[in-house]
Amino acid sequence: MAWFKKARKPMGSATAEKPSRVPEGLWVKCPGCSQILYNKDLEKNLSVCPKCAHHFRISAAERLRVLLDDGHWTEHDPNLVSNDPLRFTDTKRYRDRLRAMEDSTGMKDAVVVAAGRLDGIDVVVAAMEYAFIGGSMGVVVGEKIARAVELALERRQPVIIVSCSGGARMMEGVLSLMQMAKISAALARLDRAGVPFISVLTDPTTGGVTASFAMLGDLNVAEPRALIGFAGPRVIEQTIRQKLPEGFQRSEFLLEHGMLDLVVDRRELKGTLARALRFMGSGAAAVEPPVAAAAVTLPADDAR
Amino acid sequence: MPADLLDFEEPIAPLLKEIDALEGQPRTPECQQALEGLSRRVEAARGEIYAKLTPWQRVMVARHNNRPTVLDYVARLFTEFTEISGDRRFADDHAIVAGFALYKGTPVMIVGHHKGGGGDTKQKVYRNFGYAKPEGYRKSLRAMKLAEKFRRPVIAFIDTPAAYPGVESEERGISEAIAYNLREMAALDAPIVVVVHGEGGSGGALGIAIGDRVLMHEFAIYSVIPPEGCAAILWRDANRKVEAAEALKLTAPDLLGFEVIDEIVPEPVGGAHTDHDRAAALLDGPLSRTLEEVSAMDGAVRLEARYRKFRAMGSVGIAEP
Ligand SMILES: [Zn+2]
Repeated sequence: MAWFKKARKPMGSATAEKPSRVPEGLWVKCPGCSQILYNKDLEKNLSVCPKCAHHFRISAAERLRVLLDDGHWTEHDPNLVSNDPLRFTDTKRYRDRLRAMEDSTGMKDAVVVAAGRLDGIDVVVAAMEYAFIGGSMGVVVGEKIARAVELALERRQPVIIVSCSGGARMMEGVLSLMQMAKISAALARLDRAGVPFISVLTDPTTGGVTASFAMLGDLNVAEPRALIGFAGPRVIEQTIRQKLPEGFQRSEFLLEHGMLDLVVDRRELKGTLARALRFMGSGAAAVEPPVAAAAVTLPADDAR
Repeated sequence: MPADLLDFEEPIAPLLKEIDALEGQPRTPECQQALEGLSRRVEAARGEIYAKLTPWQRVMVARHNNRPTVLDYVARLFTEFTEISGDRRFADDHAIVAGFALYKGTPVMIVGHHKGGGGDTKQKVYRNFGYAKPEGYRKSLRAMKLAEKFRRPVIAFIDTPAAYPGVESEERGISEAIAYNLREMAALDAPIVVVVHGEGGSGGALGIAIGDRVLMHEFAIYSVIPPEGCAAILWRDANRKVEAAEALKLTAPDLLGFEVIDEIVPEPVGGAHTDHDRAAALLDGPLSRTLEEVSAMDGAVRLEARYRKFRAMGSVGIAEP
């Protein structure tokens, strides 16, 4: 009984599930080193503890501010909303959950797609929002990310997807599952066209998100100590009937097992991504992508 | 109650008992007549029960121990089946079967989960109850790439509770294995027909279920999470699985409505587990017709259509500004 499960907690309200998020108020106690930190200092440090480098979870908007030049971007498809295809109800109507989420996060679903510049390089970024039903992927997330990939393909700009998600969204049933196929198919085209895709995995990245686009990057880059896996730790513990070792399914574990290219501190992330994108031939100083270059036939005299 | 019967089939039990008793007796014309009458009554009772199965009852049918396996269909519809093994990376995973065979004289590649159904506990353990590990998905893709190379179609049989949720799965990259299959199957230049004939268990099913056409058996299920898991999380009570099965819309008619599948394959009265021969015969028509359709398509056109098919799954609304 594995399937896609929320990594740890059941989905409740957004406020119930942000253990690692920087809390409101002047002072914060770091869960990593128990130091009391001044909130402003923490924010200036990209929500990474200056003492022990614990990475606090950040929102999609904060993520975009970390990555994109001058904190400036153009958002794409902000108005796509779920139409509750299953008319799903558990102890609560899914419709009501969505409304509550919209009120608490100001977002319409669990991903922000943005076009902007990363160290001068034009990029498309999709950043997932954990506060919105655990960052879960339903049709809106699938559609927005697929469109982001198609936009990147059309513009021949790199796409960066920052995952922060418990996996597929149960309340949209099998249609959530099919978003894995949808996005992976779009990434197949991007791959064949030689356009870069970098997957950034943050805490947590599990279930159907890991088992689709998050593992398909030309580079898979994770933040330190992020929970990354297919089945949730509790499901695995039930299967094997024993406790999992410390560090199981953390970034460093995946790096050791060959599933990640890099584990990078958030404070180094932008610089690392910029170097990777330049290697991949993106940015002002770069050459034309190979496929585009081959497709253009000009008389030799006009080539320059 | 016979072990094969599901709890909601209880009304049939006394009839089967009578049949059992009569079969032990000498075959007089009266006895023969009584047997035929009883069989008709069983059939009628089954028909009545199966005409109005609840979603949870369908889950039970889809998971039935005697549900035909991929090899049951292979034995009845294909000839010269030759199983191939291994992912050339780590191991051979017995939870997924791969091999080539002839289907109506045409060479095809077959991949399919196998839960060990119909067999004893040893068989089930051998198949890991159909919970495939990374090597199973990698073996499947290797088989499919062979099909692509030699221009043969692929038929994928789907029947798994889930991908294996264990330590070694995570260590060897179950996520990557599934993800990579999703991407590569989307672009695989060979006709692919998918048959969801048992349990379509989330990513573990999807990992070999990208194709040009997706057929689904009448009483099969296909879901993002098993009802028990969904109930445990959303209702905080695994016993609410009946409601969860209802809410998840995991039945074949539901999926046809969502356009996640293309066609429903009818089953014998009382489900495929009651009559494997008949179940295979009922699959034969839709399978051969579908395979012919997608094989006749130009490669580029087929790939574009496959992309559009999955690209279109699930609609969204647009909020008023
Ligand atoms: Zn600290």
